[in-house]
Amino acid sequence: MSTKNKFGALGVFAVSYLAFVYIPVLFLPLFSFNDSIYVAFPLKGFTMQWYYEAFQSDGLMSSLKNSFKVGVPVAILSTALGTLAAKAVTRYRMPGKAPVMSFIMTPLVVPGIIVGVALLIIANMIGVTLSLFTIAIAHVPMCAAFSMWIMISRLEGFDKSMEEASFDLGEGAWMTFWRVTFPLILPGIIASLLLTFTISFDEFILASFLGGSEPTLPVYMWSQLRFPNTLPRVLALGAMILVVSFVLVYFAEWFRRRGTQIKTSSGV
Amino acid sequence: MQDDSFISIRDVSKHFGDVHAVDQVSIDIAKGEFFSLLGPSGCGKTTLLRMLAGFEFPTFGEIFIDGQPMSSVAANHRPVNMVFQSYAIFPHLSVSQNIGYGLRNDKLSKAEMEFKVDEMLELIKLQGYGDRQSTQLSGGERQRVALARALIKRPKVLLLDEPLGALDKQLREQMQLELRALQRSVGITFVFVTHDQEEALTMSDRIAVMSEGKYLQIDTPNQLYEAPQNRKVADFIGTVNFFNARTESVAGGKVSMDAGPLGKLSAAPGKLEFSEGQNVLIAIRPEKFSISIEKPASGNAIEGTTDAAAYLGDRSHFYVRVNGVDKPVAVSAQNMDRTHDVTQTHQGQVWLSWEDDAMVILHED
Ligand SMILES: Nc1ncnc2c1ncn2[C@@H]1O[C@H](COP(=O)(O)OP(=O)(O)OP(=O)(O)O)[C@@H](O)[C@H]1O
Ligand SMILES: [Mg+2]
Repeated sequence: MSTKNKFGALGVFAVSYLAFVYIPVLFLPLFSFNDSIYVAFPLKGFTMQWYYEAFQSDGLMSSLKNSFKVGVPVAILSTALGTLAAKAVTRYRMPGKAPVMSFIMTPLVVPGIIVGVALLIIANMIGVTLSLFTIAIAHVPMCAAFSMWIMISRLEGFDKSMEEASFDLGEGAWMTFWRVTFPLILPGIIASLLLTFTISFDEFILASFLGGSEPTLPVYMWSQLRFPNTLPRVLALGAMILVVSFVLVYFAEWFRRRGTQIKTSSGV
Repeated sequence: MQDDSFISIRDVSKHFGDVHAVDQVSIDIAKGEFFSLLGPSGCGKTTLLRMLAGFEFPTFGEIFIDGQPMSSVAANHRPVNMVFQSYAIFPHLSVSQNIGYGLRNDKLSKAEMEFKVDEMLELIKLQGYGDRQSTQLSGGERQRVALARALIKRPKVLLLDEPLGALDKQLREQMQLELRALQRSVGITFVFVTHDQEEALTMSDRIAVMSEGKYLQIDTPNQLYEAPQNRKVADFIGTVNFFNARTESVAGGKVSMDAGPLGKLSAAPGKLEFSEGQNVLIAIRPEKFSISIEKPASGNAIEGTTDAAAYLGDRSHFYVRVNGVDKPVAVSAQNMDRTHDVTQTHQGQVWLSWEDDAMVILHED
């Protein structure tokens, strides 16, 4: 009886929570199909025009390309760095592990605006021109921290005697990584690639501080909000990003889970 | 280094910071021997085994395998293979791929490789399991696959770290026999770690009993039980009764002692040295006593009261209180007579008697 009540309360909470998070977001796709440049009720009619315009807009398309140009290398580099760092902290006994760990994790908690300003000052000091490259440089530490966080749980999840067994059977460090460690952490690596890409893709503050004349997609979208007649196509693009982000995160989580299952079913 | 020793551990110590996990251990193991490291948790068994495998390197000392010093040989270049306590089966590979894992460097053709793997599957009685995913195996099957994966390398030495620890009692006893038979048939030197004394006794040619990083005694199972060299070994292997005594004379292969409530006793000193007027311990195993209601006509005997008795079918256990002895004396008697229940009739006064050579004299330490 009491558990039923509790479940009821919890259910109400869960539903209102999801409503609170997702209903505002759902206005984006809703208005992106609305046949009016004014974002207001009542809805006028269904149209694909904004999507068509979005793909026709040079500014929008080039900023989308910019986002990919930053996101893909950042995802690869930060996942590589995060994996190596995670391997170091989980596999080797080293002095000062705890401070090093928190040092690497710091970018996750320092407000982006502070990092952005600091990097901007440094870039000015050493005279680097702001470009997609500077955005990527700024994204890597943050994404690497995320990646490391994913990879640590992945590496801690499997018995390190598996790597020792490989050595024992005659393989060196590199072949052991290739034949044992890599396949076992692959789900984690894929999850990390998808997640770090999404983070870099969605990141606004650093990109707007360090992008110079090359806006990434979020920066471009923000700049377009001032012009009412381009707003609907921003909504259309936003709706598409929403779907793509959702799919990516869903897959990232799916890969992470799949890895966990392999781990548990192999436990003694 | 002894001439006939195949593995020679010379004054090896391993320190982890302040922890002396292994402390000046010297052991020689012969070719083809089934050698066990036995001791309580944390005594350094795994550490010693990992030094043989090459996963840890000695802080001091040197290990020789087949005459070669191992201090600069990495794990992947040693002529040893290991069966891990967790088995460490690769979950992303099939049974065959697991077993054949170590063959990559041997430059074999695909057919030769398959032949060797099949040979191993047959040895471990898992024919037809080759294509199974290794995550679908039972505990006993995983243990066998781990064994096959190590044996396919034809190692000179196989290291096993509590390989049966994860199995239930019945499977464990079956695997003990199988493992022993396998070791005889392949003729490889086995170094086997366990904290289960019964397991060590049934399987090993020789056992090193370890405690706190040192070994206490290295001997055959029989000698460890019948001729322990110190109190800890006597205590760790099986059940034992200790009695305090003081030596009176040491001569002609006999030590004469005054054992207080047990009277004047005399026994052979074994491998240990004794001097006159020394406090010693006399160790007597429970089954070395005879229990009777009448006083024996001659020999060593003492009177007591039975405190508790347990009937176990083939034998019965008694605890006998003896005046002047702190702890009740543990006695185990074979139930030779079907119609005679000693636990019923022996309530009350009994006599314990024993032979001179039932006694092991130990240093008091
Ligand atoms: N990598 C390490 N770092 C620090 N201390 C260690 C390390 N490995 C082992 N030790 C310590 O060395 C001692 C011996 O450990 P070891 O694993 O050899 O024991 P064991 O005899 O195998 O015990 P068990 O039966 O529990 O497996 C223990 O006190 C342990 O805490
Ligand atoms: Mg151990």
